[in-house]
Amino acid sequence: MKARQKRMIFIAVGLAGLAIAATFVMKAFNSNMMYFISPSQIKVGEVPRDRNFRLGGLVLEGSLKREDDGLTVHFVVTDGAQEIPVIYTGILPDLFTEGQGVVAVGRLDAEVFLAEEVLAKHDETYMPPEVADALEKAKQGGEASAPVKN
Amino acid sequence: MSAEYATSAEKSLPWLKFANPRNFYPLAGKMIPWFTALAIIFTLIGLYISFFVAPTDYKQGESYRIMFIHVPAAWMSMFIYIVMACYAAIGLIWNIKLSDMMAGALAPTGAIFTFLALWTGAFWGRPTWGAYWVWDARLTSELILLFLYLGFISLRAAIDDPRRAARASGLLALVGVINVPIIYYSVKWWNTLHQGASVSVTESPKMASIMLTAMAVMAFAFWMYTIAVVLARVRTDILEREREAVWVVEEVSRTA
Repeated sequence: MKARQKRMIFIAVGLAGLAIAATFVMKAFNSNMMYFISPSQIKVGEVPRDRNFRLGGLVLEGSLKREDDGLTVHFVVTDGAQEIPVIYTGILPDLFTEGQGVVAVGRLDAEVFLAEEVLAKHDETYMPPEVADALEKAKQGGEASAPVKN
Repeated sequence: MSAEYATSAEKSLPWLKFANPRNFYPLAGKMIPWFTALAIIFTLIGLYISFFVAPTDYKQGESYRIMFIHVPAAWMSMFIYIVMACYAAIGLIWNIKLSDMMAGALAPTGAIFTFLALWTGAFWGRPTWGAYWVWDARLTSELILLFLYLGFISLRAAIDDPRRAARASGLLALVGVINVPIIYYSVKWWNTLHQGASVSVTESPKMASIMLTAMAVMAFAFWMYTIAVVLARVRTDILEREREAVWVVEEVSRTA
């Protein structure tokens, strides 16, 4: 076997080994690689009790309420299956709206999540406002004829 | 480019003669103006579409326009790393000096694009997410890419013997390749604050087509820029490494 072929095999085997090792490492650390946990995970108890963690999901439509001080907000984070009420005092990011993705940092007190920081998570869809309006109208029209969501 | 520099292998594969720095030097010199011109033209077209033609986004308003720099820069940061690792592998396996020089010339540009992606991402993240930086999988793995580039550059600079420098840094480049799919799939495999891919091979793009056009034109412009600047860098590297060679002495005295 030529030296060149040896080097080729060495590099190929090395890369394959590395890929396998990386796969196992990432499988082992899978839960630590998650930036946030969902309301469903909280309900089944996958939550650190005594320290802060990040809760992620969508802000439930119609759940946003402001207190009279103007800074404290109450809203519900949902992942479609489970819901967690959140209380937060502070300035919300511009993209924070109902129905939009959100990641809140804080801790769980009884059944309520006390957030210290709220980040908006936006999706990968970009379009002009006119198109968004047209889509919204089409969606409403579709719902009126057949009242089935999604 | 006469046949007197060609070996027997080069005779069976004619383009292989450009693996010889002496033959590649003038070829690169001829290609640079073309790629520079393409880079300038496409940057101007791309920026014009980005700022004046592409519409406002329905949710993010004007701030989304930073995407036209951010996304192509991030693509290039990953693409350049893969190309660099391929050159490093070819250099290691076939002992081709020019291949290693190409890997070395690609690294600074890759590092610049990685930095640009992180930097523009920070200024995009602040108005949209509410944070310059978060330690989610996408951002962290892209930061690791920057460190891989910097490590590759420093390792080459730290070893005086070019052959040993090529071998050590080439291995580092190959080991780091594992990070590229991690960056790419991070938004799929894990929960991240970073949004998923708007453009992918398997699905139709999730953005208005004029926005996609702007992004594609900018990506092409960055690509042309990369080729131009890497060829210029590799030419200076050839002159420096072959400075003992007669043709380099002649070339330098001719142009000086």
